[in-house]
Amino acid sequence: MRTRTSRHWLSGVMIGLTYLAAILATLPLLLILAHLIGKGASSLSLSFFTNMPKPVGETGGGMANAIVGTLILIGIASLIGLPIGIGGGIYLSEKRRTPLAHTVRFLSDVLNGLPSIVMGIFAWEFLVRPAGHFSALAGGAAVGAMMIPLVTRTTEEMLRVVPTSLREAALALGYPKWRTSLSVVLRTALAGIATGALVAVARIAGETAPLLFTAFGNQFWSTSVHEPIAALPLQIFTYAISPYDEWHAQAWAGALVLITIVLVISLAARVVTRSRFGAAVD
Amino acid sequence: MTATLEHRLPKSRQALQPGTIEARDFSFWYGKKQALNNISLIVPPSSVTALIGPSGCGKSTFLRSINRLNDLIPGIRHEGDLSLDGQSIFDKDLDVVALRQRVGMVFQRWNPFPKSIYDNVAYGARINGVTRSSELDEVVERSLRRAALWDEVKDRLRTSALGLSGGQQQRVCIARALANQPEVLLLDEPASALDPGSTQKIEELVYELKRELTIVIVTHNLQQAARASDHTAFFFSGQLVELGPTDQIFTRPREERTDAYITGRFG
Repeated sequence: MRTRTSRHWLSGVMIGLTYLAAILATLPLLLILAHLIGKGASSLSLSFFTNMPKPVGETGGGMANAIVGTLILIGIASLIGLPIGIGGGIYLSEKRRTPLAHTVRFLSDVLNGLPSIVMGIFAWEFLVRPAGHFSALAGGAAVGAMMIPLVTRTTEEMLRVVPTSLREAALALGYPKWRTSLSVVLRTALAGIATGALVAVARIAGETAPLLFTAFGNQFWSTSVHEPIAALPLQIFTYAISPYDEWHAQAWAGALVLITIVLVISLAARVVTRSRFGAAVD
Repeated sequence: MTATLEHRLPKSRQALQPGTIEARDFSFWYGKKQALNNISLIVPPSSVTALIGPSGCGKSTFLRSINRLNDLIPGIRHEGDLSLDGQSIFDKDLDVVALRQRVGMVFQRWNPFPKSIYDNVAYGARINGVTRSSELDEVVERSLRRAALWDEVKDRLRTSALGLSGGQQQRVCIARALANQPEVLLLDEPASALDPGSTQKIEELVYELKRELTIVIVTHNLQQAARASDHTAFFFSGQLVELGPTDQIFTRPREERTDAYITGRFG
C-alpha cells in the first residue's frame, strides 16, 4: 500500500516529466529558429529579395529568382493538388463505405508516406524525359502530387464533422443531394478545408528532393513554366554544399526566408481555423 | 393492423383533399430489422396528427418516410405504399426534391445553417429560383411572421441564426420550412429539448398553422399530444395499435396497450 506522500511524490514526478516532454517537443524548432536568425539575419537585406544570385566574390547577391520560383511552384502545385485533393475528399466523405472509397483511402495513406525523392523520380520519368527538358511544370506536378493525399484526408475529416442534422435540414428543404453537398456541407467545412490546404502548402513549400530533377533550379531569372526554375530549397542546397563562405551565408539567409514563408502560411491556417470556431461562417 | 373506424380508407380517391397523407399496408426495413409492419392510416388535411409511442416503436421512421428522408440510409426497403394527395411518393415519376418542397420538416435538434437569420429563411426560396431581393424580403418576412418570430428578430435579420436562443432557433427552422409553402409539415419532437415557455410558443404555432397545412408531429410528451393534436396514432413495436380523435384516445382508448401507455404503465 502506497502512502499518501509517496503518491503525491510520484504524481509530481510524472507531471514534471510531461512538462519536460512538452518543452523538448518545441525545443528543435526554437533552436533552429534561433540558429537561423543568428546565422542568416546578417545576410538578409532588401537586396536579398530584389537581386539575382551573383558569382562568388561579388557582394550583394540575392535570391529574387528563387523566391519567385518557389511561389510559382507552390501555385502550380496548388492548381494540381487542391482540386484533385478536395474532390477526392468529397468523394470519400459522401461515399464512405464503398469499396472504391476504402481503396482510395488506403492508397492515399500510402501515397502520403511515399518518400518525396520517389515522387521526383516518377515526375522525371513521365514529365521531364518525354519533354526532353526540366521545367517548372514538372516540379510543380511532383510537389502537387504530394499535396493530393494530404488535402484528400483533411478534406474528408473536415466534411465528416459537419453534423448530419445540417445535411438533413438541406435535404428536407428540397435541396438536391449534389447541391446539399456543395452549398451546405462543403461551405460549412470550408474553413477547415482551407486550413488543411494551407498546411499542405506549408508542407510542400520546403520540399527539395522532388525538385532536384524536375524543376532543377536556375541561376537566371525565369518565370516560364516550361523552363527550369529556381526554388529556395534548391538554391539553399546548392549554396550549402558549395565551398564558399559568402554562399554559405546566403544559404542561411535563404533558409530563414523559407522558414518564414512556412511560418506565415501556418499562422494563416491558425487564423482561418479560429474564425471557424467564432460566430457564423458568413 | 387496420386503422380504427373513423379512419377507414376512403372508397374513392376523389374524396382526398390537398395535404392528405395515406399509408396502405406500409412496411419498412432497415437491413434485416423491420421497423414498420403493415401500417394503414390516413392523415387528414388541415389538422394535427400526433404520433406517440415508446422509443423505437417506428413513429420517427414513419415520419421520415413521408418526405423520403430515409432514402439516405443504406440497406432500407419498404413494402406497401405511402401517398400524398393520392400520388404514391415512391412513384418513379415523382421528383423527390419536389416532394420535399411540398413536405417540410422540423427536427428534434434545431439545425439552422451557420448563416444569418435572413439567409436561413431565404434558403428554400433561393433554390426555387427566387432571386429578386424584394421578393425574397417578402418571403422571409411572411415566413418569419407565420413562425411567430418576426417581431423578435426583425431588427437583426442579418445576424447569425446561431446567436438566437434554442426556442428562437427552432422557430427559424420552422420559418425556413414554411418559406417553401409546403402542404405538409413534419415535426420530429420539435419541443423536446426546449424549456416550457418555448414549448408553449411552438404549440401555439402548431395550432395556428394547422388551418393552412397538414401537420404530423412525433412526440414523447403525452400532454403535448393531448393539447396540440386533433388525431393521435399510437405506435408500438412497428405496428399502428390505435388511431383516433385525440380526446377519444386519451379518454376512451379501445386497445389495452394504448390504455397502458397513456396511463404510464410502460413506455
